[in-house]
Amino acid sequence: MDLPLPVLLSTGHLYAVTGAALVGLGLYAFITLRHPLRQLLAVNVVGAGIFLILGGLGRGPDATDPFPQALVITGIVVAVALTAFGAAMIVRQAQTRAAAKPAADDNENPAP
Amino acid sequence: MSPLDLLMAAPLGFMAAALMLGPSGRWLILLAAPLMAGLALWLALLPPDAAYLVGQWDLPLGILLRADGVARLMILATALVIGAVGLHALAEPPEKPGHAAQAETFWPLVYLMWAGANAGFLTTDLFNLYVTLEMVSLAAVALAAMGSLAAALRYFMIALLGSLAYLLGVALTVARYDTVDVILLAQVAEADLATLLALGLMTAGLLIKAALFPMHGWLPPAHAAAPAPASALLSAIAVKLGFVILVRLWFEAFAAVTGPAALHVLGGLGAAAVIYGSIQAMRQDRLKPLVAYSTVAQVGYLFLAFPLVAGTVEPSGAWAGMTLHGVAHMLAKAAMFLAAGLMLKAVAGDRIADLGGLAQAMPLTVTAFGLAVVSLMGLPPSGGFTAKFLLLSAAIEQGAFLYAGVLVIGGLLAAVYLFRALSACFAPLAGAGPDTASRGPVTGGVQAVAPLALAGLAIVMGFAGTALVDVSAIEAPWATPTVIQPEAAP
Amino acid sequence: MMTFAPLLLVFLPLVAAGVSFALPERLSAWRNAANLGVAFTKLLVVAYLLNATEAGLVFEWRYEFLPGHDFVLRLDRLALLFVTLSVFLWLLTTIYAIAYFDRGPNLPRFFGFFNLCVLAATGVAMSGTAITFFLFYELLTLATWPLVAHKGDDKSLRAGRIYLSYTLAGSVAFLAGILWLQSLVGAIEFAAPPDLTGIPALTLTLIFILCIGGLGVKAAIFPLHGWLPEAMAAPAPVSALLHAVAVVKAGAFAIVRMIYDVYGIGTVAELGLGVPLAALASVTILYGSVRALMQSDLKKRLAYSTVSQVSYIILGASLIGPYAVIGGLVHLVHQGIMKITLFMCAGALANRMGIKAIADLDGAGRLMPVTMAAFSVGALGMIGLPPVAGFISKWYLGIGALQSDAAWVVAVLAGSSLLNAAYFLPLLYRAWLLPPPPDRPAIRELATTRDRMLILPAAVTALVALGAGIFASLPFSPLGWATLIAEGGYLR
Repeated sequence: MDLPLPVLLSTGHLYAVTGAALVGLGLYAFITLRHPLRQLLAVNVVGAGIFLILGGLGRGPDATDPFPQALVITGIVVAVALTAFGAAMIVRQAQTRAAAKPAADDNENPAP
Repeated sequence: MSPLDLLMAAPLGFMAAALMLGPSGRWLILLAAPLMAGLALWLALLPPDAAYLVGQWDLPLGILLRADGVARLMILATALVIGAVGLHALAEPPEKPGHAAQAETFWPLVYLMWAGANAGFLTTDLFNLYVTLEMVSLAAVALAAMGSLAAALRYFMIALLGSLAYLLGVALTVARYDTVDVILLAQVAEADLATLLALGLMTAGLLIKAALFPMHGWLPPAHAAAPAPASALLSAIAVKLGFVILVRLWFEAFAAVTGPAALHVLGGLGAAAVIYGSIQAMRQDRLKPLVAYSTVAQVGYLFLAFPLVAGTVEPSGAWAGMTLHGVAHMLAKAAMFLAAGLMLKAVAGDRIADLGGLAQAMPLTVTAFGLAVVSLMGLPPSGGFTAKFLLLSAAIEQGAFLYAGVLVIGGLLAAVYLFRALSACFAPLAGAGPDTASRGPVTGGVQAVAPLALAGLAIVMGFAGTALVDVSAIEAPWATPTVIQPEAAP
Repeated sequence: MMTFAPLLLVFLPLVAAGVSFALPERLSAWRNAANLGVAFTKLLVVAYLLNATEAGLVFEWRYEFLPGHDFVLRLDRLALLFVTLSVFLWLLTTIYAIAYFDRGPNLPRFFGFFNLCVLAATGVAMSGTAITFFLFYELLTLATWPLVAHKGDDKSLRAGRIYLSYTLAGSVAFLAGILWLQSLVGAIEFAAPPDLTGIPALTLTLIFILCIGGLGVKAAIFPLHGWLPEAMAAPAPVSALLHAVAVVKAGAFAIVRMIYDVYGIGTVAELGLGVPLAALASVTILYGSVRALMQSDLKKRLAYSTVSQVSYIILGASLIGPYAVIGGLVHLVHQGIMKITLFMCAGALANRMGIKAIADLDGAGRLMPVTMAAFSVGALGMIGLPPVAGFISKWYLGIGALQSDAAWVVAVLAGSSLLNAAYFLPLLYRAWLLPPPPDRPAIRELATTRDRMLILPAAVTALVALGAGIFASLPFSPLGWATLIAEGGYLR
């Protein structure tokens, strides 16, 4: 690879590559993990990766394009809202299950 | 603020008001239904060249709202469906005390979905579409959660994955073209690796949202378990937004990129969905899963139309068939879910075999169900027939006999499973005995009229074919390409 | 008035249907009044139209329902033949149905769909384009289903299911056929038959098979007739409707339209499609008769008799000669009048004395002489004895067959007449010549208004069947009208 690290950094490609790695990791986790909370976390990792790609690829050598930045910020807001919502649902489900059959919540976590 | 903005802003306002008002927020629908229906009708009757920029930004940063034929029809159908479903839910007799909080959350979610759907149908900005997609998904998941938390959670996870795939595709598009506007993309898009990857990711994400076979797994449990008004909204509206965005991508933004092979993949999946969904629906013993699987099948027709639209130089027929099928399905399926909800409540069961005697006990509701059956099967006169007729004509004209065959067989299979449910209503009371006399209260009034009105509209659509075809062609991508001159908002 | 006349004919039954659906059972008197009033009004409109059409006027109403596809209602002479038949029989069947059901459950529904059926049958007759035709044809299927399943017991529901599977499959085949043809020649209008030159013979043959196969379901051509005997589970007025007024007639009528107004006799002869169709119709005629002979249930026997008789119409149309066409068309009317007589009598017998099996008919003629007299006229007509109308049809069909060099058809007609005699004469023998079983209570046949409403419609149709035979040479007789149709362009 003939690109020196500073060039990679300045063009934002490093962010993109890191983002892609995060997406891959998150996706792997999402597929292999069964517990909803873990899946939710995995999805957040994927999201973080995507935002990195979005921010990194929009970054030029001399100036930063504000357009992808605006997108990233909106995306993060949406992601936070959805995560909160998902977490609330998981909590609610745990509560209903606990109320329904107190002894049976162990089989909810088939640990990978 | 133009009425176009109001189509998105008003539901958000109603949502805020419903949140603040609490239990009495339910009455807002009495104001919202006529207001939104009026706005949607105004939009549908607008002269054909009304596009309007929001905010002070010029393209590529400004957000373009465009009232094309698809948007007009979808928004009108959405207003009618949500209005009717809302009035139906308003008339719902008070539930058991424990469910009060649940009933309260219903209304803000309805308005959230309304705002998201309207914005999604109008906007041409891919990132904006992402936001609307999430609004609708959020509302849809929460509505599904009112029935079964487990099904809703499954739906949520899969929908989230779909959203992220879509977002990744948008990110790649931004990186490649530095714009996310559908109209601008249409002028610059090329078939290179980045574009194909972006389109593939976005498509995969949206197919999950649209529940196209084989990515439909989340739909039947979520739709079948939710309360009837929620199921109606899920099947009618939530699924359609993904479809509309796919139309924007495949026929407009990346029309130069999509090849016949890829279109036939979508068409083939659609055809498989029609057959698979129908067979699954035939195998159900319970009414609501049957209706839910029918949605899986009906979504298939929407995508079966893709290669038919792309396969001819004059696609107005196939295009109208595709759009009208979406609209007819919205009306008929919402009507069917509402009617099914009333019927199941009356017999206090959930099996098809429990429905005996209903034709006599609740004729209005069974009529609504029957009219919805007519439209979903594609029998004349109905919107469903007009749509399938246009698609079948297109398929035969193009010599696409495989698609034609699926259209024909799909209709027959639909007849098999839908008439099974309908004829169960004509059977005498199941398990005749002294207790059958006390069989549920016969619901009349608004609750029964709402599904009847929706199903009636699906039938009436069949008489307005020419007008609807004309509307669907407004600013369609295959019509004369319009070059947008960026202008500040008036 | 001129252009709206066809619309009026469709609109009137819609009014009756709306009123029937809307009024609750306790207002049944109003419902009956509305039904009869509308049926009578329609008869008057038709009488006016007959007069005007005979003078050569053609009424048309047109509306573009999809781009490139017109919805056309067109009243030509052939349309009016079917319209007149269905409107006249509709009035009588309505009277009969009111008496037959008296007060039962679900009657608003029954009369609502009954009217929709007649609307659809009228629409089928007046359709000016293939698409319009398909719309009404499907409406007919849909509106008939609740009538077939009306009783709601297992047998009726099963009959409804079988009826739907047959007819929907048929409709789909027909739709595929006409869409295929339209993709080659553009919208099909009956008044201006499409130009089929240049289309490969194989394609045309396949389309023809698809269309006739689809339509043949309703016309109950062998082997597509299976739904018709099953549908006997329905109440007697419905059977009358299915067999005489609307459903099988719509199928037969559509086949006539296909041969003469879409393909044209020239093309059909060129493709060599007429003879196989005539052969199939002959097979159906004989098969239906043989099966009828084997039935012990009165209504089932009549049902198989319909399977056989309707194919006379198709036979006439497929022989392609002036006399054969007249024979086929006139049989469309004659069969309707005679068969409805038989079904109304069978219903009356079942309703008043519980007679369902043929073995129970002993002595029925002494107890219900008016009913059995009407029945006898219908039965003799079916056999083809002069002077009942059925004789005219068979006579013209026979001459037509000889004209078209198809002498074997005469043998089919003779064989069928013998079989008809074999399955109808024993009924008449039992009814008139054997004594009634001792345990059967004597009844007074025309005691109440309701009884008269139940029995007199059959007497009227029996008289009409006689009249149509005796006065066949008058201009407005079915034969006169059929000849007018044949002269007015059918044999160009």
